[in-house]
Amino acid sequence: MNMASLFETKPNPNIPTFVSGDTVKVRSKVVEGDKERIQVFQGVVIRVRNSGVSSSFTVRRVTYGVGVERTFPFYSPRVESVEIVRHGKTRRAKLYYLRGRSAKAARIKERRLSPQELAREQEEAEKRGQELESAREVEDAPTLEEEIEEAPTLEREPGSN
Amino acid sequence: MLQGIIGRKLGMTQIFRENGETEAVTAITAGPCAVIQVKTAAKEGYKAVQLGFGEAKRLKSPQRGHLKELGQFRHLREFRVDDVAAVTVGDRVDVSLFKEGDRVDVTGVSKSKGFAGVVKRHHFAGGPKTHGQSDRHRHPGSIGATTSPGRVLKGMRMAGRMGGERVTVRHLEVFQADPDRNLLLVKGAVPGNENGLLLISKSGGGK
Repeated sequence: MNMASLFETKPNPNIPTFVSGDTVKVRSKVVEGDKERIQVFQGVVIRVRNSGVSSSFTVRRVTYGVGVERTFPFYSPRVESVEIVRHGKTRRAKLYYLRGRSAKAARIKERRLSPQELAREQEEAEKRGQELESAREVEDAPTLEEEIEEAPTLEREPGSN
Repeated sequence: MLQGIIGRKLGMTQIFRENGETEAVTAITAGPCAVIQVKTAAKEGYKAVQLGFGEAKRLKSPQRGHLKELGQFRHLREFRVDDVAAVTVGDRVDVSLFKEGDRVDVTGVSKSKGFAGVVKRHHFAGGPKTHGQSDRHRHPGSIGATTSPGRVLKGMRMAGRMGGERVTVRHLEVFQADPDRNLLLVKGAVPGNENGLLLISKSGGGK
């Protein structure tokens, strides 16, 4: 018996395959008091960490001059869905160098997808569409308002005194 | 009534609950174990039960004689039992002994660290890193006075072999017990390497 075969890990069908450098929109469930709502966090994926059920990815964005990074676990039921906004072209897997940069220096080139990648994306989207419909039939999910997250109004990067 | 079982550490993982909270758990494959021998106060001078665990490919002749027809067991370990009359040789025990929410003590051999210094072994603070210090960053400092007592006191904490010793972690919560797969999930960490042999017993009174 080994660890990997112990538990069934079902990937979230609403998370498409993405790589670091891509700009994504992450919808995650947030509990406030006794209410649950969906929070959207959009930014650049700077890290994808593959580690079985503990796999996670980190999204970085700059709001009001403050760099904000959030790490989401791939298998968490709190992560509702991920949407790819833009494909980025990078030369490395971990984009930690973005932390020291801002504005123009922190740009990432857009990447054109190869036919294979396009086909895969198409396939994933179709799968998602089907599974979403079947899920809706089963449970009458409460409609949750989408809200763009409010960020603190600070005018500088952390650590740059 | 048996209170313990022998197992093997598989490793750690995390489990997501419905609400998104995670739980760090250790997976243990435990049992099934058979009672090999019952030790009584009258005969051996103490009351215990010897359990067998794991499959042995080959057994030497003395072990074969000891195990008789009970099975080919690789590991034999004892558990102290108060009521030996309730146990007979050949009884089987598996993880159905435990259920979710039970508290267990897990005993194993801790990971060996080799010859370790005082900072790692005894959590000493080491010396100052700056202010003209040289070569004293991880030293133990003074180990005693001068002529009185004129020796180093016994038990002084110094560098030396660390780990590789029997350690018991008490009062761990059982997250899940699956008798079909002989699988036991325990919250938190247990001693030793993966594949290390573990003794799991129900936590005694207290709390």
